[in-house]
Amino acid sequence: MLRASAISYSYGSMLAVDRVDLTARPGRVLGVIGPNGSGKSTVLRCLFHGLTPDSGEVSIEGRPLSSLSARDIARLLAVVVQENVGESTLDVAEMVLLGRTVRLSGFRSTTAADHEAAAEALERVGATHLAQRPLAELSGGEKQRVLIARALAQGTSYLLLDEPTNHLDIRYQHEVLALLRGLAGDLGAAVVVVLHDLNLAAAYCDDLVLLEQGRMVAQGTVDEVLDPAVVQRVYGIATERLDRDGELHLLFRSVGAASTAGDLS
Amino acid sequence: MATRVTTPRSTELVVRADALGIAARRRRSLAWLVALVALLVLSVLVAVGVGAAQVSPMATGRIVLHQLLGVGTPDWPAAREAIIWDVRTPRVLLGVCVGSGLAVCGMALQAMVRNVLADPYLLGINSGASSGAAASILFGIGAGLGEHALQASAFVGALAASVLVLLIARTGGRVTSIRLLLAGVAVGYALYALTSFLIFASDSAEGSRSVLFWLLGTLSLGSWGAPLAVVAVIVAATVALLAHSGRQLDALALGDETALTMGVDPNRLRVWLLVVVALCIGVAVAAAGSIGFVGLVIPHVARRVVGSAHRIAIPVAAVMGAIFLVWADVVARTLLAPQEIPLGILTSLVGAPFLLVLIRRMQVSST
Repeated sequence: MLRASAISYSYGSMLAVDRVDLTARPGRVLGVIGPNGSGKSTVLRCLFHGLTPDSGEVSIEGRPLSSLSARDIARLLAVVVQENVGESTLDVAEMVLLGRTVRLSGFRSTTAADHEAAAEALERVGATHLAQRPLAELSGGEKQRVLIARALAQGTSYLLLDEPTNHLDIRYQHEVLALLRGLAGDLGAAVVVVLHDLNLAAAYCDDLVLLEQGRMVAQGTVDEVLDPAVVQRVYGIATERLDRDGELHLLFRSVGAASTAGDLS
Repeated sequence: MATRVTTPRSTELVVRADALGIAARRRRSLAWLVALVALLVLSVLVAVGVGAAQVSPMATGRIVLHQLLGVGTPDWPAAREAIIWDVRTPRVLLGVCVGSGLAVCGMALQAMVRNVLADPYLLGINSGASSGAAASILFGIGAGLGEHALQASAFVGALAASVLVLLIARTGGRVTSIRLLLAGVAVGYALYALTSFLIFASDSAEGSRSVLFWLLGTLSLGSWGAPLAVVAVIVAATVALLAHSGRQLDALALGDETALTMGVDPNRLRVWLLVVVALCIGVAVAAAGSIGFVGLVIPHVARRVVGSAHRIAIPVAAVMGAIFLVWADVVARTLLAPQEIPLGILTSLVGAPFLLVLIRRMQVSST
């Protein structure tokens, strides 16, 4: 279990995350949602100590992250951040194999077992055919899948992703999230994913945490958190909810139509 | 408890062990490395034979073998042996060490600042080493260290310059590659001026010649002795350390945050790299002056050949750098013989056009 209890973080004098609690469980996908600037990415960074919380604590399987080295943490949880690695001159196979770094001592070369793990990770994201291609030549969707494969090759039970669907076409967005869903379902991984799109979150997450200005305003199952009244208030947009064939969809009206919001909810 | 996301299944290992072509690539890279080492040995033998008194590589090889291992009977004149062994061999070996050191430091800096234009010379580290060395000669700084005073003060100068560049680039927020490069160029010029001023102000008869030495570099001071041994040991250690940290360099080159998620602490690694690079550049500059562009050109060629995974690219760059500088020195000695051209002129002749090509290829996004 990956647990954050009452974590807060400030950039200078600006409080970005204010006493947030969350728990990521094996076999489940936890979505972190909220408007721009609500602290989603900051929360995610605190979860792997990319940022160390000013107060509160993050613990993984009962061990506080503050007692672990960067290497120890990387052996327990893998992260896909939003950092432009497109300039890298590595090719895909090398990139994915880098995920094995934490499992190797400095002098050791990667072994057949490492290559196998990397190949399996690439296969799982459906990118085996890209193995020999330079990373820089891939499309956005291909690149994202390779980055996820790199994280998978790390061989951890916890996977954190910061807006993995950013800049992707709609089809790739669904592909990437279906992939994450599969990781939680088939392999029992605990997945935490920061998402912008509420309908994607509704379709692929088990649990959600909704943030507003650094504070957690709702958490629970998708059904519980995506209350149209709450969404409407937090995002400032008229929201209607459709439950069709067991799937939940949100419809939005532009701000100009907000005066009729009462009818919608 | 969740299961591991990837579990290697041993039954499939044999069939799919090289599904990614990694073993094949490794063999190819090793073949390149072996071929380059052979080329380096050959280059050294040819280079030692070239000069006013021409000696064939075979004869050179016999003399060197005799000196090293006591093999063979000397049927050559003692004067030839003196030229080969006492004068030219240490000079060429110095070229091997300095070329390797500059190339791998360039490669490490490129990974560190994530910019293909990084190079110890462009980042002002060479100039820092020059200033340190000049201060040591003129004011006797660090005289207590005896014959290693020059190296020690060049190291301090190189370290000071690189820290200064980092600090300047960091003021006002994020370190971007362009800021770093501009800071490097500025610090480099300032320290060049300082070095030249120090030398002229010292009123030494050798003034202008020394300036040429520190600014353009030469291998002519290479001789058997403790300083050469120090250069050799430090360069060898640098190459070994950087190759050993190859995966960490790969991770750092991808970005600070990405590196961290792979268990590599980017800040600690950067500090550590800076010290290693400053030490290596310090001793190289103390021995051969400031030679530009080797650290810029060679890493690119090395990556072209074996890819950019640093575990193999570092040793390949080391050998290529050595070959490059050995031949540059041969040209420097022979082109206008008996006059010698400063080495830096030749490396700049190759490097400057190369830099232009790189700038042309740079995309706006990479700034």
